[in-house]
Amino acid sequence: MSQQLQHLEGYEGPGFLATSLDKAVGLARKNSIWPLPFATSCCGIEFMATMASTYDLGRFGAERLSFSPRQADLLMVMGTIAKKMGPVLRQVYEQMAEPRWVIAVGACASTGGIFDTYSVLQGIDRIIPVDVYVPGCPPRPEQILDGVMKIQDLVASESLRRRDSQEYKDLLASYGIQ
Amino acid sequence: MPLLICSYLYSEKSCFSPLKQYFCRGFARKQFRPSIVVSKILIMILLSSPIDYLPIAMMFVVAIGFVLFTMFVTHLLGPRRISKVKLETFECGIESQGNSRLPFSIKYFLIAILFVLFDVEVIFMYPWAVNFAEWSKVSTAAFFEMAVFLGLLVLGLIYIIRKGALKWE
Repeated sequence: MSQQLQHLEGYEGPGFLATSLDKAVGLARKNSIWPLPFATSCCGIEFMATMASTYDLGRFGAERLSFSPRQADLLMVMGTIAKKMGPVLRQVYEQMAEPRWVIAVGACASTGGIFDTYSVLQGIDRIIPVDVYVPGCPPRPEQILDGVMKIQDLVASESLRRRDSQEYKDLLASYGIQ
Repeated sequence: MPLLICSYLYSEKSCFSPLKQYFCRGFARKQFRPSIVVSKILIMILLSSPIDYLPIAMMFVVAIGFVLFTMFVTHLLGPRRISKVKLETFECGIESQGNSRLPFSIKYFLIAILFVLFDVEVIFMYPWAVNFAEWSKVSTAAFFEMAVFLGLLVLGLIYIIRKGALKWE
């Protein structure tokens, strides 16, 4: 905990740290991300390794996977998303509670990868906004961890007002999400 | 009412009551007998006054207050987005079909409850099995105690089989 507090800026003294609400909430959110694994192919296997003891996503406070979108903070899309799967993914995203983040793991989720065909969605950012892309086919667990840490940085630095901002509403509107 | 009794026993009048003396003497001599442990607990209850329960009340206030505070603050700070899709039933992202509250056969319930009944008995056998080697050096009583216990269970099993509770069709 003290290690994580070192990254916080604020008014410091012996035994206490005063900082803004934004940063305190960001710190709490950052270290308690509940991911929703949306694993459709081989990147999902790499994700299993990421969750297991060697790489251990639990070190980042994210060991509690949520298989319902209601409690999830982070949607991890891992694998090829066929066009038929698109609406499913979109509904899962829409049913997540705010604030929510999305990470596209692997080439397929990011761009469609090698599957440049009529049936495969060419990147999930065609249907939902994505925060972090992890390249690789499939990416190694270290890369997935790096992506999650990038998400953590985003979570920690996010303003409390961002989800109510016009910019964010416009972003969702551009995807046709209410 | 228990508080009244406690406060009476705590008062000057009851200080030399035979009951308390009995407990106190037992407390001093044989500390490790189960009956003495029980009387120790009793004495703690009898000698306490209502004011001793204040920390418990405070703990309840803090616990409830923490829950209320956290729920209030999270609702205040957390952003919300409510739309039609969001409020729909979640069923792995596909359209939900039908009602989830369907009548189902009582047989499932019966099997499940019988399973729980017999499953829980195994918990009693673990500590028994761990200590069995130690006990059997002294006497064979432990074996027969478990035999009686399992015998009763088998009687129950025979009863439910005879009643036809395990018949599926």
